[in-house]
Amino acid sequence: MSDTSQIAIDVRDAVKRYGDFTALKRISLSIMDNEFFTLLGPSGCGKTTLLRMIAGFEDVTEGAIFLYGDEIENLPPNKRPVNTVFQNYALFPHMTILDNVGFGLEMRGASKSEARRKAGEMLELVQLSQFSARKPSQLSGGQQQRVALARALAPKPKVLLLDEPLSALDLKLRKAMQLELKHLQRETGITFIFVTHDQEEALTMSDRIAVMSAGEMQQLGTPNDIYERPHNKFVADFIGETNLLEVSVDAVHEGRATCHLGGGHELTCNAVTGIGVGSKVHMSVRPERLFTSDAPVEAESLKGKVVENVFIGTDISTIVNLDDGPQFTIRTSNSDRGNKRIFDQGAEVFVNMELGAARLLVD
Amino acid sequence: MAAGAASGGSATTDTYKEARTWLLMPAWVTLSFLILAPVLLMLVYSFLTKEFRGGVVWEFSLSAYDQFFFDRGLFGDEPAKIEWTYITIFWRSIWQAGAATLLSFLIGFPTAYFIATQPERVRPMWVFLITIPYWVNLLIRTVSMKFLLRDQGPLNDFLISTGLIDSPLHIVNTNFAVQLGLFYSYLPFMVLPIYAAVERYNFTLSEAAADLYATKMTILRRVLLPAVKPGVIAGCILVFVPSMGSFLAPDLLGGAKNFMIGSLIEEQFKGNAGNWPFGAAASMILLTMVLIILLIFARQQAKAEKET
Ligand SMILES: Nc1ncnc2c1ncn2[C@@H]1O[C@H](COP(=O)(O)OP(=O)(O)OP(=O)(O)O)[C@@H](O)[C@H]1O
Ligand SMILES: [Mg+2]
Repeated sequence: MSDTSQIAIDVRDAVKRYGDFTALKRISLSIMDNEFFTLLGPSGCGKTTLLRMIAGFEDVTEGAIFLYGDEIENLPPNKRPVNTVFQNYALFPHMTILDNVGFGLEMRGASKSEARRKAGEMLELVQLSQFSARKPSQLSGGQQQRVALARALAPKPKVLLLDEPLSALDLKLRKAMQLELKHLQRETGITFIFVTHDQEEALTMSDRIAVMSAGEMQQLGTPNDIYERPHNKFVADFIGETNLLEVSVDAVHEGRATCHLGGGHELTCNAVTGIGVGSKVHMSVRPERLFTSDAPVEAESLKGKVVENVFIGTDISTIVNLDDGPQFTIRTSNSDRGNKRIFDQGAEVFVNMELGAARLLVD
Repeated sequence: MAAGAASGGSATTDTYKEARTWLLMPAWVTLSFLILAPVLLMLVYSFLTKEFRGGVVWEFSLSAYDQFFFDRGLFGDEPAKIEWTYITIFWRSIWQAGAATLLSFLIGFPTAYFIATQPERVRPMWVFLITIPYWVNLLIRTVSMKFLLRDQGPLNDFLISTGLIDSPLHIVNTNFAVQLGLFYSYLPFMVLPIYAAVERYNFTLSEAAADLYATKMTILRRVLLPAVKPGVIAGCILVFVPSMGSFLAPDLLGGAKNFMIGSLIEEQFKGNAGNWPFGAAASMILLTMVLIILLIFARQQAKAEKET
């Protein structure tokens, strides 16, 4: 029992249908107390739907949702100790910033003066005290964002839901807010469920990530897990940049699979249970796990020709065509240019990787 | 070079100004001929002397206003007392128009909210349905209403047949009948501006309030109503003002006892028995009263705005 009480939100076999369209297909996940949890997936995959079901704005077609052990899926939103930061902020336009932040406190029974005092403290936390008498329309997007955050945090919810709260901000402000959000979560100890379609944002901020696609959970794990050990083709492709190649498995031995890339090229990948000899599957290897050389260096070396070098600030991206075979993208950090050579276009090179850098994927 | 650019700039400004003048013409024409001129005409007429078979004699006189406010006896030779007849009619008009406005709001707001929350493609149909009865002439609608509400009318027949009442309700010739009539005459003027405001309302605000533990009533009071307030105010003004000066509903549904200022004014200009300067004076007083009420309202609004 003490074990389940550590679970903040427990979604069990949740299904959501709109007419005959199924937006969520039997999702189950447990979000732990004090966790920064992210729902990540492309547009339309059902992230908002799941979040709105937890908040109480959407009915659950099938399944159950528990909040610290209490079943909540039939409670109206105002009875759930869960608050939301809306994507478009949804600040009350006719109220001052202070009254916006104090609204939830007042609704929970605080007197007007008490609510204002606590709202003032919240505004201090997000460094907006000097704006407390203004109306929302008199603030910038980033400031409104912080007010929305303060308003949702003020009643001390058990879980805070954030639906793409940073998507309207420019890149620089967004990076700053990512850190600020992370700090706020640590400081308040409140469980955050964060929705984004930006994989980089998810990797930076989260304790754990649930990757979703078309209403289904694809993988649930730490950012490192998801990046380094994607379960399937969708996750490998969606998270970060990768070389995704079709291969056929020739042999499987002690956790390694020997595969054919076409054009006579052979590569040893990490095997995955469920993929046997003779399967035609996809293989993923991250561009930064590859490097070029003029002679084979690692056990896994593939011969090819440089097609193009693309300069992208911190990195250089090199595209190599294997002889009669597929194409690889190789990333070399700019700071590595001393010990890893960049070859000119047309040069004959070897593409090298450590054993185990390449992973087989289920479809 | 610089001078050339500058003169070129001012040339465009001139054409711009010229276009502006022309484009504003319709507004000026409307304002001056359709609003200002009639009001000035009324103002002038109210200070003239009455002609006995209707019309005016071009001679300055305060007697119209004097007659409105003071009672000097049948022959005008007694000491002046306050004349309560017209002030009472006036007061009743304000009260009746206010009640009709309140009724329109209580029915019109939920109606407007309902329409605004329907799927987008059926909203125009609902708006259309609301306005259909208003294609029929106001006089005919008001007469029909009298027919519906009278003692032997369908409404009473129905209520008696259901056993809810034993004897007919006397609705016609009461204040309430007038309020109903006014309410029915001007309901769309309440519904449409509120509908426009609710349609523009961001319903995420209601969700945000519910998320912050507000009940449905609190959301209505603290979030929805303040957000659509301009529409509500517009609706109230559009119902209150014409109700104040209305004469059809009070005449047909209120009977002689429930006379309103509109009927009083109407009578002064009808046939040969009227008194044009007196009618004009009553109109001016009505106009002034309405303006004062609206001003007080606006003042209070501004004050409330500042406080929150
Ligand atoms: N009220 C509704 N009626 C019918 N279908 C809906 C409704 N709301 C959402 N959907 C559908 O459910 C699916 C999931 O929608 P949802 O808003 O959860 O996506 P999302 O992952 O949040 O996408 P985004 O990143 O674009 O916000 C979409 O295909 C959407 O069209
Ligand atoms: Mg969404």
